[in-house]
Amino acid sequence: MAQSAPNPAPAFGSSSLRKSASWLRAKEMLIRGVLFCCALVSVITTLTIIFVLLYESILPFPGHSPFFAEVSVRDFLLDTKWTPQYADKHFGIMPLVCGTAWVTFISGCVGLPLGLVSAIYMSEYAGPRRRSVLKPVLELLAGIPTIVYGYFGLFFVTPYVLRPILHGGLGFTVGGANALAGGIVVGLMIMPLVASLSEDVLRAVPKSLREAGYALGATKFDVSVKIVVPSALSGILASFLLALSRGVGETMAVTLCAGNLPQLTANPLIPIQTMTTFIVNMMKGDAVVGSIEYKSLYAVALVLFTVTLTMNYISQLILQRYREVYQ
Amino acid sequence: MRKMSGPTQWLCGAFALALSLTVAGCTPAPAPPAGGATPAATSGTDAPKADGAPTDPAMMEGAKPEEGAASAAPAGGTTIVLDGSSTVYPISQAVAEAFKETNADVEITVGLSGTGGGMKKFILGEIDICDASRAIKTAEKEECAAKGIEFLELQVAIDGLSVVVHPENNWVDCITIAELKKIWEKGSTVTKWNEVNPAWPAEPIALFGADTDSGTFEYFTEVVNGKAKESRTEYTASANDNELVTGVSDNKYAMGYFGYGYYVENKDRLKALSIKKDDAAECIAPTAETIETGTYAPMARPLFIYVNKAALKRPEVAKFVEFYLSEAGQEMVSERKFVRMPAAKWQEMKDALASALK
Amino acid sequence: MSTPHDAYARSLRRRHLQAAAFGWVCSLATWFSVIILAVLLIAVTYRSVGWISWDFLTRFDSYRPQKAGIFAGLMGSFWLIGLTALFCVPVGVGAAIYLEEYAKPNWLTRVIQLNVSNLAGIPSIVFGMLGFTAFVRMFGLAQQQYILWLGFTHVKFTVPFGRSVISGALTLTLLSLPVVIIASQEALRSVPPSIRHAAYALGATKWQTIRAQVLPAALPGILTGVILALSRALGETAPLAVLGAATYITFAPGKKGLLQAPFDPFTAMPLQIYNWVDEIDRKFQNVAAAGIVVLLVALLLMNGSAIYIRHHFQKKIRW
Repeated sequence: MAQSAPNPAPAFGSSSLRKSASWLRAKEMLIRGVLFCCALVSVITTLTIIFVLLYESILPFPGHSPFFAEVSVRDFLLDTKWTPQYADKHFGIMPLVCGTAWVTFISGCVGLPLGLVSAIYMSEYAGPRRRSVLKPVLELLAGIPTIVYGYFGLFFVTPYVLRPILHGGLGFTVGGANALAGGIVVGLMIMPLVASLSEDVLRAVPKSLREAGYALGATKFDVSVKIVVPSALSGILASFLLALSRGVGETMAVTLCAGNLPQLTANPLIPIQTMTTFIVNMMKGDAVVGSIEYKSLYAVALVLFTVTLTMNYISQLILQRYREVYQ
Repeated sequence: MRKMSGPTQWLCGAFALALSLTVAGCTPAPAPPAGGATPAATSGTDAPKADGAPTDPAMMEGAKPEEGAASAAPAGGTTIVLDGSSTVYPISQAVAEAFKETNADVEITVGLSGTGGGMKKFILGEIDICDASRAIKTAEKEECAAKGIEFLELQVAIDGLSVVVHPENNWVDCITIAELKKIWEKGSTVTKWNEVNPAWPAEPIALFGADTDSGTFEYFTEVVNGKAKESRTEYTASANDNELVTGVSDNKYAMGYFGYGYYVENKDRLKALSIKKDDAAECIAPTAETIETGTYAPMARPLFIYVNKAALKRPEVAKFVEFYLSEAGQEMVSERKFVRMPAAKWQEMKDALASALK
Repeated sequence: MSTPHDAYARSLRRRHLQAAAFGWVCSLATWFSVIILAVLLIAVTYRSVGWISWDFLTRFDSYRPQKAGIFAGLMGSFWLIGLTALFCVPVGVGAAIYLEEYAKPNWLTRVIQLNVSNLAGIPSIVFGMLGFTAFVRMFGLAQQQYILWLGFTHVKFTVPFGRSVISGALTLTLLSLPVVIIASQEALRSVPPSIRHAAYALGATKWQTIRAQVLPAALPGILTGVILALSRALGETAPLAVLGAATYITFAPGKKGLLQAPFDPFTAMPLQIYNWVDEIDRKFQNVAAAGIVVLLVALLLMNGSAIYIRHHFQKKIRW
């Protein structure tokens, strides 16, 4: 330590000490400043995102007409057609919201229960050896790129799982791309997230509560379901919310296996278009900068951003409160 | 613990070095606009030049014609940059690949921003060649002129549309444009076959069509409905033509449209309808011959590339365009399931290129 | 006739049965995830058999499935991730050090902290739009070419950056930053305060303490976090698709000089997979599967090295 320190003033002349001390002090301040700037980058990122999205969709600068100057908010929210690429353009976001809602809902039906039950298993039932197998598997599942899930959904789930059961067995028409396949793979994707977040939450429940339960003659089921889960409920809800917001923002898996056709529909077996799919398909194609279609991208992204940010924020708040309760 | 401070110090040192290098590299220039680096006046000089006022590369070409040939090279160097129509993309990609086999030192990128998007970039001088599934519009021509961009229009292939039904469909062989319009026009209420023609069965039509992103969609709607991109919206649209083929071949009462090439690929699973332009016209079935000779009107269209004339002065671009029109290049057209242009047209294009290269 | 004791015994048996059944359900659901992982990997690998070869790794893309290769994507991803690491690590670790070691618990710190954790949940596609607007187009700035003279060579680049590696890397940097910050913070937090106190007691300044004591101790944790964040960035498709990376490209970045690489157009592995899935010819489904296997192997290598680092250094450090 002493070797690498740059100020080993051997002669203890007070002036040299002061000089080196003030140099050191300046250096310390400088470093602190640089580090602070690093921390600010994330704030600047958020501000830039907000600015970029608002600029094209809402803010009326001179010589620039934003999306909502050309399409009224009323039409945007209430029109039931989304046809930016037709000659007769409609910008009603409902079909996209409908698509997103379908995918999120189905993914929730698949991913949330599976994830929660896995979390219970890992925190209450599994011994350390099984946990040491399961944890990495879940981490691996969470680490697989979403495009792989998309491939899996398109070329495996739909033709080999959904078609035989729903078409062969029950006689429904199943589109090559459909909301159900998209929802299922997104569900599989968010499951590890729910599992690991919920497990953390469950393990934070004090041991004393469980022991009290066992002392009263409760079975493992009673302890898990009637004591641990209820006491961790807010944390579990937060993890659900976080996972669902991931489902809302999921792009590639949905693009590949849920289709690209904005429809306001109650049938999850036909292709749909989500907000994220719209953005990807439009951006890689023919969106001429400055056109109304181009601006509509930012309006959709703004909705997406607002929804996911709100869900995240609420879940953060809940988690924070939860941690305070058990610490 | 002290031993471990080694790597950290190294890391810090490396970053500091990288930073100082960048700064040192930037500072000698008298720093005109952004960032301290100097605008490249000509790409021939390798020392920084501070006098060049920041100008659009394309405009610079107009100002200094002698140096222009090199400096107007939009994306720079020996890279040929193509962008534009997603319909022409497969041809351009295949030609680029074949060209690369004999010209390993030339680099090529092909993008697909759509004809409109490609034209926009072409006008800004960002790309060398624009793929287009339609002729350039007057407005775009004017913008080119305003930016001082001269271009060469070359037809490279023909694209045929085919209207297809299930092979077991025995009630229709030939369909008129008017009937198609009745089915596909904006706000069409047709849901059953007999609503188009009472002789046809009272079964619901399942409609399949190209994705709204595609040139095929634009073209079909223009021909059938009279206005590009105006179409009914209740049908299965997909960018993946396999899905359309499967959709039509799965349903006896289906109808769909897509590029002629995909019909040829799946002839055994589909039946293509003959097209009757109007009541007086004959029914014309889509074949390579009818498309090539133009009798399969109006369901066949020429495909173009637009070459920036300034870029054409670069030998590698000239060589590439020549290759595009050569036998080897034109083989790619049929390879990618499009129809080659008739011999006379082909010769005409070759002549046009030869005179532009003079 | 049943006595209260019988009723109790019955209810007890029922409850134990219930508990056992629940245990079964839980374990089934959990092992289901293992099965899914296995099915997914087997399905993809099965479809890629016969398509992965040395040629596949070293060839450029082609319209003929038999000739398609992933080289451009491999190199593109390599440069992307390399540059992302270069930008992301100093800024991310710096931010973490500030938040853990310097920041006072005031409103500003809380805002930054909250912002970091919320930013981690923003969909990647929104970052893509940010990258497109801020780096590719730079808010619509007119395009100009610059030459940067470095003393021994020059680098040509345009401002705005256009669809180049650096635009992609900057976008991925912003995307991975929150993850790196959070992981680094956790690593720094796990360094016991006694180490810091000992350094202060010897007269070290704050920065000296951090640089010589805290950072080395937290390094394995930070590295693990960084690698995991980068491996996530490696698989990201949506932001790159939004940036509009080149679709067909006959060269890899860096062909015209290594320093030129950041400004070259590029494609990336996940993007190529995406394009192959969309191809008409069904054989491209196998090519896509082969691409996925390559991508997964790359991810596995990165994750493996993270695990190795964690193990290797954890053994060495004893408090």
